[in-house]
Amino acid sequence: MEFIYNYLSGLELGPWATSILFAMAVLVVAAAVFLVALTIAGFLVVVERRVAGRVQSRIGPNRVGPFGVLQWLADGLKLFMKEDLVPAQADGPMFRLAPYLVMVGVFAAFASVPFGMLLIASDLNVGILYILAITSVATVGILMSGWASNNKWSLLGGIRSTAQIVSYEVPAALSILSVVMLAGSLQMSGTASSPGIISSQGGWPWDWYAFYNPFTLVAFAIYFTSAVAEGNRTPFDLPEAESELVAGFNTEYSGMRFAGFFLAEFANVYLMSAIATTLFFGGWQIPAVSLAAQAASFWLRLVGLAIFVAKAAVLCFVVVWIRWTFPRLRVDQLMSLCYRYLVPIAFACLAGNAVYLLVIPAGSTVDNVIHWITTGSFGLLVLVFLWRVRFHIKRSGDRLDFDLLARGEKGSFDPAIQARPYGKFRRRHGKESA
Amino acid sequence: MSEPTQTGAQREELVLNMGPHHPSTHGVLRFVVHTDGEIMRKAVPEVGYLHRGLEKLAESQTYAGYMPFTDRINYLEAMFTEQAYAMAVEALLATEIPPRAEFLRVIACELNRIANHHITLGCITMDLGAYTPFVYLLRERESINDLIEALCGNRITHNYLRIGGVAYDVDNIWLGQLESYLDHFEPIINEFEALIVGNEILIKRMQDIAVISRRDAVAWGLTGPNLRASGQDWDVRRDIPYGAYPQFEFDVPVGPLGRGQAGDCYQRFLVRVEEMRQSCRILRQCLAKLPEGDIKAKVPKMIKAPKGESYASVEGARGEMGCYLVSDGGKNPYRVKWRTGSFSAMSIIEHTSPGLMIADLVALVATLDVIAPECDR
Repeated sequence: MEFIYNYLSGLELGPWATSILFAMAVLVVAAAVFLVALTIAGFLVVVERRVAGRVQSRIGPNRVGPFGVLQWLADGLKLFMKEDLVPAQADGPMFRLAPYLVMVGVFAAFASVPFGMLLIASDLNVGILYILAITSVATVGILMSGWASNNKWSLLGGIRSTAQIVSYEVPAALSILSVVMLAGSLQMSGTASSPGIISSQGGWPWDWYAFYNPFTLVAFAIYFTSAVAEGNRTPFDLPEAESELVAGFNTEYSGMRFAGFFLAEFANVYLMSAIATTLFFGGWQIPAVSLAAQAASFWLRLVGLAIFVAKAAVLCFVVVWIRWTFPRLRVDQLMSLCYRYLVPIAFACLAGNAVYLLVIPAGSTVDNVIHWITTGSFGLLVLVFLWRVRFHIKRSGDRLDFDLLARGEKGSFDPAIQARPYGKFRRRHGKESA
Repeated sequence: MSEPTQTGAQREELVLNMGPHHPSTHGVLRFVVHTDGEIMRKAVPEVGYLHRGLEKLAESQTYAGYMPFTDRINYLEAMFTEQAYAMAVEALLATEIPPRAEFLRVIACELNRIANHHITLGCITMDLGAYTPFVYLLRERESINDLIEALCGNRITHNYLRIGGVAYDVDNIWLGQLESYLDHFEPIINEFEALIVGNEILIKRMQDIAVISRRDAVAWGLTGPNLRASGQDWDVRRDIPYGAYPQFEFDVPVGPLGRGQAGDCYQRFLVRVEEMRQSCRILRQCLAKLPEGDIKAKVPKMIKAPKGESYASVEGARGEMGCYLVSDGGKNPYRVKWRTGSFSAMSIIEHTSPGLMIADLVALVATLDVIAPECDR
């Protein structure tokens, strides 16, 4: 944005023309960011459904477009053409406004998501603070939708959601604070001259803030948990707990407005993954390439974009995986998890991090060794976990296929059976005797 | 019901109407839930949405003709209703059942029990928010449905039993398939345990929740897994033996098993997991001991039961499934009365619900395994 403003000022068109052109440029950029966020959200819907399909040993949507990637467009179009229903007893204006507030809260945050080195709509110097603040608007929207629907289930969902988001912002913000302390900046991306959160990390894993010391690793875990909770995702999806509250705050919504809530939820998943990538996993940094080199080369910045998207995609996948694995907590357990465990631990991490910064000089041997140990132990943990996953996937197997059995391909079937493969029902030889 | 507080604000009960179409009311069932915030004052079940007059219908059917109707009493455990009815009629007729038919009935019933527990356990986890275990169990249930389809041609409402025996015999192919299914399924139970039974969130949601004491369980007439989870050691298969069951060795799982206390939701969950293992054990013994011979006793085409009454009960998947039959000597039953596990389980909900949270009500209903059509009939 500064770049566009400087360019327009350089043209010397006079203050009015510059302002109008700048406003138009802002609109174009905003539309672009919105469309990118929308596409990401839509794509994520398909990814979620495909992953869920694999997790549950079924296929998932694969009809619209290659591998079903355009399914979200078909669903979106369908929802847009549905009747936009406002219940008779609902508070009309509030009911209509609520989904837009939720969407604004999520999509506006994308303005400060650093996709690449210079690929950020607005690299504010208070970037992370801006994101924390603007996403809170969504809470108002959710509460409004719950209240305006004039439905008791919606109301309960809205209240639960608000309580949850407000509570979990505390540990999330505390764990973010650890990173801000390390970077000494609130700026998301930054450059070599004005260091931001990403530009003060490095390309290699041991240069990332997640593995800076054990405290930041725990802070990452807390941030991730809180972000999942803020996004109303399983195991914290109480506001829309299907088996309890029907569909929670969006019970009464249909058509386009429902699509708004839906896409906002998925955009939020990407948003939290992107923020985690930025704060803890080195963002767009390319290993072994200096910041100056990245700033100079367009292709290197493209590689950086790919790295960023890949890291965020891995985190998105983990979020989806968690959703299709865990049951959901109860509302009081959710609150006690937040206030009795996450908040104190986040405080301890913050304090521990501060002590670490005071005691161990940055760049010293001890500092580096701790980076490596943290990275190594985390890597080992991931490897052991993946090995367990593979073990269980192998053991649970697939559905028992009687056709395969009949052909003698697996199992303990008598080969004599091959003559008569198992198929549709056939009357057995012992006919019903009179 | 509003009571003023110190701040002058009004405290009111929120009356929620949970159902008849609500995602976690299995079948069509309605609860009137009085809540104070998230805490329930009480939940009153309203039943009767699925009343189909299945008891009255019997009076216009022949004895053999009523058999398919019994399937509809509970679509998840059709074999048990069939067997209870068949046993009641056979008691009136004083028919001897061929041993092979008794074994086939046991095989069909135990397969049906496993299939039913798939749905129950899956629904419990789904109601608690985990969708994947449900799909895994449904996948396994498909295999059982395939087996039962090969056995009798139907997947849900089987109509397999006949008065005096069963409709179709099995061959070695089918027995081989059953054996490979057991080989496949027994490790899956362990896998299911690894996936969800030991899950900390699931345990937190169910442990010490909605505890039904042994005294209450007996007083309200709970039977089956619900009763055994409360610590009462009672199983119709063992204590009032019928059919071929005396020839098998099996354990009756009784709470408390593992974590939690007797009678809580988690125990009701665990008892069912353990019952699937025991059913597999019975099926293995069936395969080993299956005798040769007829599958149906000689009964007249048009059955006329002698005047009198009989009661037969079997250990269904939801507890004692009893059929009380009165005959006036004609070709139709004079009166049929069913005793089902869901009905008593439904009646205890109002007693247990005060003080629970809304989310706990869902867990309570799911673990009690109430099925509205079985309750309403």
